[in-house]
Amino acid sequence: MTTESEENQGDEMEATTSKGSLSEIAAARQQKQPGSNALGVGLEARGVHAWFGEKHALANVSLDFWPGTVTALIGPSGCGKSTFLRTLNRMHEFIPTAAMAGEVLLNGEDIYAAGVDVTKIRLKVGMVFQKPNPFPSMTIAENVLAGLKLAQLKIENKDDLLEECLERAGLWAEVKDRLNTHGGALSGGQQQRLCIARALAVRPQVLLMDEPCSALDPGSTLRIEETISQLSSSVTIVIVTHNMQQAARVSDYTAFFLSDGGPGQMIEVGSTNDIFSRPKDERTENYVTGRFG
Amino acid sequence: MTQMPAAVPEKREITTKPRLTDRIFRGVVTSGGLSSLVILGLILIFLLFNGYNTLKTQGLHFLTSSNWQAVVNDAGTFDPKASHFGIAAMLIGTMVVALIAVVVGVPISVGAAIYLTFYAPDFIKKVMVSAIDLMAAFPSVLFGLWGFFVLESSGEYWAKLLNKYFSWIPIFKLPAPYVTRSPFIAGLVLAVMIIPIVTSISREIFSQTPLDRMQAAYALGGTRFAMLRAVAFPYARSGIVGGVMLGLGRAMGETVAVYTVLNIVYQVNWHILFSAGGNVASMILLKFGEASPDEIKALMAAGLVLFILTLIVNSLANVIVSRTGKSGR
Repeated sequence: MTTESEENQGDEMEATTSKGSLSEIAAARQQKQPGSNALGVGLEARGVHAWFGEKHALANVSLDFWPGTVTALIGPSGCGKSTFLRTLNRMHEFIPTAAMAGEVLLNGEDIYAAGVDVTKIRLKVGMVFQKPNPFPSMTIAENVLAGLKLAQLKIENKDDLLEECLERAGLWAEVKDRLNTHGGALSGGQQQRLCIARALAVRPQVLLMDEPCSALDPGSTLRIEETISQLSSSVTIVIVTHNMQQAARVSDYTAFFLSDGGPGQMIEVGSTNDIFSRPKDERTENYVTGRFG
Repeated sequence: MTQMPAAVPEKREITTKPRLTDRIFRGVVTSGGLSSLVILGLILIFLLFNGYNTLKTQGLHFLTSSNWQAVVNDAGTFDPKASHFGIAAMLIGTMVVALIAVVVGVPISVGAAIYLTFYAPDFIKKVMVSAIDLMAAFPSVLFGLWGFFVLESSGEYWAKLLNKYFSWIPIFKLPAPYVTRSPFIAGLVLAVMIIPIVTSISREIFSQTPLDRMQAAYALGGTRFAMLRAVAFPYARSGIVGGVMLGLGRAMGETVAVYTVLNIVYQVNWHILFSAGGNVASMILLKFGEASPDEIKALMAAGLVLFILTLIVNSLANVIVSRTGKSGR
């Protein structure tokens, strides 16, 4: 499996360099239909606005994330897609002066409602960041299980969970002999997969990924994309990416964000195949065909 | 793969020709950097030069006995053979008082630093940071006076409480019912004095906690307290140890405040609540005014010992920092 993917790596790299094949890449993917892989849970954003101080960064985004699907958020820098992502697990509010309006519903309940324990929301909606950020004071094993300690969860068999999460993140084979060494010694791509394993260990329903591959080399990027594909059957994934080929390769749905100098807006959302082959909006077409951005 | 090794060339010396301005600037900062070392070295030589004779005649007794007697013989001159100089009580007093200061002051400082970095609203933070900086610049004699007139009375009450409930711990025993001007009170005054420096160093370190790690902890469903334990403490640990050692150094060298508060007695005293103690620096201050030139040389020797003790503590600190430090950074 590993060797095969490494052989394919060359072809994949070719694909990323030829712009015209975006819609082919998207079309080649098996499309998931809404509800086809239902987990009985869902995440919906309704009329979400976001501000930083006086600056209106994001206006009126309504978007549903179907259970068990991968949704890519694309758009040029400063269009509010990362901001939007961070409203989905309430990481937005860590920035001083940040404000929001609208609702984000997880399983039908507003995560911004008064009396909601924000730490419980973040257990259900996990996050992987742009820069790999394992805890350097902890070993690989401790890193994976860090979420349990942080949220004070008790579980029966830590070893099984450890193996399962590393396996799902596609890292088990590489680290199983050195689980008690420090995570900082891993390569960037391995560190990012360690962070994915760490996010999975608290069993989130949704996994938010904020440009998870932008700090990684092409080989590591490919491994992460494989990981995303494998995870999408059990977790709802929302991924912000600057790389349109990546969006075409990994996602079922794509949402295009754009700011015309004012607050960022969602221009169009649809199945990834549609967005890359027959976008409805001219601006989307200009962006995905590489005319700007 | 048996190839003939290619001829390995000589290693080249890599040189750069610095510009004149660069060389001038280099000279300026080098002399600045070296001057502190030179001054320190000169002080050490001065102390060695003056204290050597006393150390030679007294030998190890200088460190182990608690006698301080400058004997003048019939001819009216100083008699180095009959004189006894020993600073054991003061050495132990130095460490006892400084340790009390650290034990009391460090938790308060670290707590304050955490509050200021992670909890305090902006305006409180600004006010408190400048207040703490001001406190650091306060003359120590004012702390001494405050300790003498204000802290003494409440400290007496706390001392009695400690003695009442914890006298089964040897250090809280009282050989006689005198609890004023004790190492305990002096330690509390020193604790107040080291709080500013330890707080501001800890706050500085905590505020540098990498944002991405903090976010990782929060994104995993961690509370702020859980984040502190998993991220901020491992990151800040070595820096805090460094700050504590600076505080300890200040507490060991403090003179006037201890002189004002403590009842200086030449007797090794482990009972921290009991009204007797001293430290090397305050002893020097106490004796300096009325000492004969020969006794002053003995005081220089005491200063030398204090100098070396401080050096040892700082080296220990460096070892601790390098042992515990790096993993969390």
